[in-house]
Amino acid sequence: MTRSHDFLAVDSIEASYGQAGPVLRGVSLTVAEGSIVALLGSNGAGKSTTLRAISNLLGPQRGALRGGSIRWRGESTAALDPADLVHRGIVQVLEGRHVFGQLTVEENLRTGGFLRRPSRRQLADDLERVYGWFPRLRDRRSAKAGLTSGGEQQMVAIGRALMTRPTLVLLDEPSMGLAPIIVGEIFEIIRRLNREEGMSFLLAEQSANLVLAYADRAYVLESGRVVEAGLAADLATSGRLGEIYLGGAATATRH
Amino acid sequence: MSFFLETLAGGLLAGVMYALVAIGFVLVYKASGVFNFAQGAMVLCAALTFVTLRERGIDLWLSGLITLAILVALAVAVERVVLRPLANRPQITLFMATLGLSYVIEGTSQLLMGASVHELDLGIPDTPIELGPIQLSQFDLAAAATAGALVIALSLFFDRTRIGLSLRAVADDPGAALSIGIRLQTLWAVVWAVAGFVALVAGLLWGARQGVQFSLTFVVLKALPVLIIGGFTSIAGAVVGGLIVGASDSLAEIYLGPLLGGSVSTWFAYVLAVAFLLARPAGLFGERAIERV
Repeated sequence: MTRSHDFLAVDSIEASYGQAGPVLRGVSLTVAEGSIVALLGSNGAGKSTTLRAISNLLGPQRGALRGGSIRWRGESTAALDPADLVHRGIVQVLEGRHVFGQLTVEENLRTGGFLRRPSRRQLADDLERVYGWFPRLRDRRSAKAGLTSGGEQQMVAIGRALMTRPTLVLLDEPSMGLAPIIVGEIFEIIRRLNREEGMSFLLAEQSANLVLAYADRAYVLESGRVVEAGLAADLATSGRLGEIYLGGAATATRH
Repeated sequence: MSFFLETLAGGLLAGVMYALVAIGFVLVYKASGVFNFAQGAMVLCAALTFVTLRERGIDLWLSGLITLAILVALAVAVERVVLRPLANRPQITLFMATLGLSYVIEGTSQLLMGASVHELDLGIPDTPIELGPIQLSQFDLAAAATAGALVIALSLFFDRTRIGLSLRAVADDPGAALSIGIRLQTLWAVVWAVAGFVALVAGLLWGARQGVQFSLTFVVLKALPVLIIGGFTSIAGAVVGGLIVGASDSLAEIYLGPLLGGSVSTWFAYVLAVAFLLARPAGLFGERAIERV
């Protein structure tokens, strides 16, 4: 566990949007190098805000970090812009996929590669690697991304992020709106990337069951606070999860 | 018949000149979703700088290069001083900022270089040449050829270069572009510099046509219907929109003018634009958002 502090360490961060009240009220978590960490919680618990805070993407949402600190490989990320962080190996796949709809699938992927100023050859190699993981995208390479299926768009969004050659990928609700079989396919690829390439993942998810099967550790957020943390396997079997964020309360029916 | 053709051809060539101005708007609108009111001021600034340099006896190409350098510097300054501090603000805020910027650019240009009318000679003769049954201005043909070359160059830039692809990505989804490490600030400076280059070309051709003076900024007003008809997000749309406005303007002036007591061309394009707004709000080539159900 000592190594985790050399990788990603989030220490009691607080965040809010505009003049509104705090969304995060002291969230702390760590991601160890080479691990898959799940960030669970219901809608509005603060999962997206946590991920956006790590990537320094709160600004465009008119949000800001009000307290706490985030360290990436020992360095404070406070003064870094999103491009600096991508350059240092942290990339985020936004909730809702956000592919460039008017660009083709291949153009979408290429945009992810430009930051490192690769040679033509390197860019082509990286593209081949992504097609290797997502063979489906190769068949759809010249289709407009906006016209592909939801599952394909999620693969484009992940593939585009992989083109930046990240060491830590933040995935916000990768399963949202997708058929279970596609979600399974995507999680299998994430596991392979983790085992074969040593890539680390922080996965924000509402649906706990599947993600806990793939994650090493998990954190549960509720109203901007970490209410449960531990090994994914323990959380999955403890039965505490249903209590915590489905709450057993009537509100659960809203989802 | 040949009179009709001549009117049409003359109108189309004038339309190319409108398209030149409209393209400058399309560039900035695509990259940042902002209608850049200062584009007209940039056209004036470019023409005024160029003509001032020429009057000092500086060589034609060197004057062009110096003017371009000034416009690039202006673009970088605009990004630093205006756009960056206003990042993440509503688009109406940025629009108002460009409105203010247009006064600053106009005022400074005239303060430094005077407000009198300058004559601009690009060395292209404005004599008519015979093309079959019709006569066309040589200058207008040269202007059309320049605009055509510019459009081809810009299309290659957007389709083939990395920075062009990044610009299209930003136009599509700035948030996603940010998330994969595309630096919006750099791209904004680039796009304003390219818009400055387009303003230079437009400023030179318009300046040679009607003299370099304050009224050059009003070409903005002609570009507006062009944009509405062609679509705000498409360079091809700006060209086609320009051609439609130019042709319909001059045909309406000749054939509708006598019936309505003249000066139809001052308002005809706007009526056309309103019709398009009702029938096709995204314009002919505007990108409609792809919506999945």
